[in-house]
Amino acid sequence: MMLIPTTHYMILSAILFSIGIAGIFLNRRNIIVILMSIELVLLAVNVNFVAFSQAHHDLKGQVFTLFILTVAAAEAAIGLAILVIYFRARGNVNSQAAHELQG
Amino acid sequence: MVEFLFYIFAGLMVLSAIVVVTARNPVHSVLWLIVAFLNASGVFMLAGAEFLALILAIVYVGAVAVLFLFVVMMLDVDFEQLRGNFKKNLPAGVALGILLMVELVMLSLSWRVVPAVTTASSSDTGVTNTEALGRVLYTDYIVAFQGAGLVLLVAMIGAIVLTLRKRDGVRKQNIGVQVGRKISETLEIRSVKSGEGIS
Repeated sequence: MMLIPTTHYMILSAILFSIGIAGIFLNRRNIIVILMSIELVLLAVNVNFVAFSQAHHDLKGQVFTLFILTVAAAEAAIGLAILVIYFRARGNVNSQAAHELQG
Repeated sequence: MVEFLFYIFAGLMVLSAIVVVTARNPVHSVLWLIVAFLNASGVFMLAGAEFLALILAIVYVGAVAVLFLFVVMMLDVDFEQLRGNFKKNLPAGVALGILLMVELVMLSLSWRVVPAVTTASSSDTGVTNTEALGRVLYTDYIVAFQGAGLVLLVAMIGAIVLTLRKRDGVRKQNIGVQVGRKISETLEIRSVKSGEGIS
């Protein structure tokens, strides 16, 4: 089953990746949307992995996609937990106001 | 037909991703993120990764996106104030995104998959995708698999430890004290004469 060329998957992945990166720049203050943009970037990487797994008839790509999904889920959980305690401490989620660690 | 489906999924995925990063309300962002994940699930299915497609739909839409939704709706955030310099960032962000996209697309178009690289298929041997994945995952990648489990455990404990807090006015169980309670500490037997109360 090689109907769709790998190049098209790669272009889809490239577009998604760029949207994710642009999203981080556009919503610099809103940590929630930044986390969602990171999810989009990881999804783009996963699309690439799966496409090459199909092109090379090799399951390694799918195995690594599974690991990326695991790490992305862990990252989302920890990120949102940090977000919740940050909101409790500050009353907002403005990332521009987080400068306490600069000393 | 399959090609047609692929372009529908891909187009919807790109459109919903654009809405995710530009939506005014983060709740809408999360909902469009769910749409993007479902379309990605369709793309995975077309690429022959059925197990991952379903995992994406179940774990991502069912767990991670709902987690996002919970947090967005639980926190009472003034999102308009957070959007402050969205307009100011727009040209730079879009320019950077387009630049990156052009670079990556040019790289993709110049890519050639060498036919000799294609190795013997492990998915053409008559087993399902899930079984083939399991055969690889539990043998060659067992260490990485255990590591992934450890990462999830650390993430779970970390999230609980980070968000746990002591609050006043909340009664909590103290098993040792509760079990170690003696009858003499709590119960007193008195004989009450009729017509008299207990002072």
